[in-house]
Amino acid sequence: MVHISKRLRMPVAQAMAVRLGAIALALLVCGIITTLTTGLNPLDVYASMFDGAFGTERKFWVMLKEVAVLLCVSLALTPAFRMRFWNLGGEGQVLMGALVTAACMINLADLVPEGLLFVLMLVLAPVAGALWAAIPALFKARWNTNETLFTLMMNYVATQLVAYSIIKWESSKGSGKVGVINQSSNVGWLPAIGDNKYLLIVLLVALVCVAMYVYLAHSKHGFEIAVVGESVDTARYLGIKVNRVIVRTLLLSGAVCGFTGFLLVSGADHTITTTLAGGAGFTGVMVAWLAKFNPFAMIGSSFLLVFMEMGADEISTAFGLNHGFGDILTGVILFFIIGSEFFINYKLNFQAKEVEAHV
Amino acid sequence: MKQISMDRRQALKLGMGSAAALALTACKTGKDGGSGAAPAKDAKVGLICLHDENSPYDRNFLDAFNKAVEQLGLNPDSCLVKTNIPEGQECYDAAAELADAGCVAVVADSNGHEDYILQAASEFPEVHFCSATGTKAHTSGLDNFHNAFASIYEGRYLTGVAAGMKLKELADAGKLKGAAPKIGYVGAYPYAEVISGYTSFYLGVKSVMPDVTMDVTYTGTWYDEAAEKEAANKLMEDGADLISQHADSMGAPTACENAGVVDVAYNGSIIDACPKTSLISAAINWEPYFAYFFKAAQEGSTIDADWTGSLKDGSVVLTELNKDIAAAGTAEKLEEIKAKLEDGSLHVFDTTTFTVNGKQLDSYQADVDDDAEHKGDTEVVADGYFHESEKRSAPYFDLKIDGINLVESKQ
Repeated sequence: MVHISKRLRMPVAQAMAVRLGAIALALLVCGIITTLTTGLNPLDVYASMFDGAFGTERKFWVMLKEVAVLLCVSLALTPAFRMRFWNLGGEGQVLMGALVTAACMINLADLVPEGLLFVLMLVLAPVAGALWAAIPALFKARWNTNETLFTLMMNYVATQLVAYSIIKWESSKGSGKVGVINQSSNVGWLPAIGDNKYLLIVLLVALVCVAMYVYLAHSKHGFEIAVVGESVDTARYLGIKVNRVIVRTLLLSGAVCGFTGFLLVSGADHTITTTLAGGAGFTGVMVAWLAKFNPFAMIGSSFLLVFMEMGADEISTAFGLNHGFGDILTGVILFFIIGSEFFINYKLNFQAKEVEAHV
Repeated sequence: MKQISMDRRQALKLGMGSAAALALTACKTGKDGGSGAAPAKDAKVGLICLHDENSPYDRNFLDAFNKAVEQLGLNPDSCLVKTNIPEGQECYDAAAELADAGCVAVVADSNGHEDYILQAASEFPEVHFCSATGTKAHTSGLDNFHNAFASIYEGRYLTGVAAGMKLKELADAGKLKGAAPKIGYVGAYPYAEVISGYTSFYLGVKSVMPDVTMDVTYTGTWYDEAAEKEAANKLMEDGADLISQHADSMGAPTACENAGVVDVAYNGSIIDACPKTSLISAAINWEPYFAYFFKAAQEGSTIDADWTGSLKDGSVVLTELNKDIAAAGTAEKLEEIKAKLEDGSLHVFDTTTFTVNGKQLDSYQADVDDDAEHKGDTEVVADGYFHESEKRSAPYFDLKIDGINLVESKQ
């Protein structure tokens, strides 16, 4: 019989080795699948995957932007997760921030100076995201409702609000799309730095990353969040107002999501669609978990996920494969990476019988 | 990951492998040579598709692209295709990448790509861009930004005639579900392109069956197989004797095949996938435009800002008629009507054949410029008919005519 027991702590070097081994195994399995199903040389496929993210300078910057956006959502979710509050509403909170940003760009572009427009967007987008997160938080704090379901359902409400607004703002009657906002004037667009459209987004998210690290690791709030996450009773015993911490943390979580929505609309897409968040609210959960809620480690895990997604896109284009094929490879790789965490946290004892005999 | 949206993952099983393989081989192994006066062979051209070959809409573009590449004798390695490009910043990125790669001409296949293509066009003035089905080129003021469409309403009308004859056959055999014939139509959005399409189809049916009515339902998406299937099922439950659609997946045709109700497809024959029920389809053949556009871009000659293909130049085609289910004499009738449409003796939107709110249409200001105001700016009714796709290529007929009912509209 195999006996599973929890490990105390695996040395960092050993843990990294397990993870690298898992990735190597994943690539091997992917290679076998590729050859069996398509007859292509797996090395060509991997090379093309690499091309998807690093092939040209433009792709490289697109990748950095994607990493920044995903990282920003993941950072937003982290304080809530540390508190064991399962905020699955990132998608909706991003959309609300995006919606408010788009509303400002569409309705206020002619009314207020651009500087004021930016101030309004920078304030209102996080506020919208924060409100969207605060509603489930208040219900949790007050009536102990299930935050997983509540935050999840708030996503659908946000999607419908966006869908409604799109019909109000649509560019051609009945087309169901807003199109590029302020395309000719570029009012409310985050400026390019030099020639680079995305550098500012990357820098802003880098700031958020550092700030989140400091907040979680070196502030009283961060400590309170950790204590509430470990044990609500301990927190109460220490005199921490648990409900206040819950609501406050979710306000922060939602605000950073809302800020991401601002980055997407003002900085990247310059439009609003119901799928603008692109699943980042959910992928961000994985990014945060893989990185054990460490903001700097999240840079790595968001890079990994974006790299695989862009690689999958590139494969489907370069080899004329269905996009689903790239998704299969991504799925296999994720399976191994997540699976490796099991072997880092648990030990398999194959001589379990002997041990039992002694007991 | 980005793009969780369903559409990317929906794989349809309509000989997709073969279509993809064909498309690819045409691209990869397309033989050199081609027509005598072929332009420089090293020129690169690009195509951006919203979905991939699993969507009949996109497959239609992919096929035409490969044929045009072959026709012009271009080096197949220089035909770059980007599939599954959403209508967002990704489209700009894709267009910019194609420009970086040295393409002289780039086409995007979806209406929602337009703004992003426009953005790319303003940044890469040396590259010609076309937003197919778009509306903004004629007012954009850019020399390198273009739109193209075809008078597809004529094709729709013809398929409507085929459908009408089938309904007549059903009526004569006493097989209609209700007293009067009824059609169901699955549309994507209440957008002029869709409205023009179903109205012309309806008028074609009506020319054969004057008492026909049509229920239209919108799915609120261009591609959602489940929603389109559900919409078609609902329409059939509500008494539709025949279905047609303007949405890009195989949802509605599959529902029809399962229910044994005749379906008129759009933008490609699907008789292989639905042999029992798929009657015919009207399609835009993009090959003539692609050949013209790519050649002109290479040679540096002037390209129309707004190009409208027609029945005559082969841009509007009817795909194979399913002889097993078509009513007797359909093929001959279609030839006859087609000839009349081509010589101008018959007009699809002849104002004596339909009414709006009980009245004949004498005048209509259409929103041709498609500016922010959404107001009519051009008179389009003259000489007894509505002049569709003449003031600009993309359709602008957006009236609700009598006999067509909107049901369960999601918009």
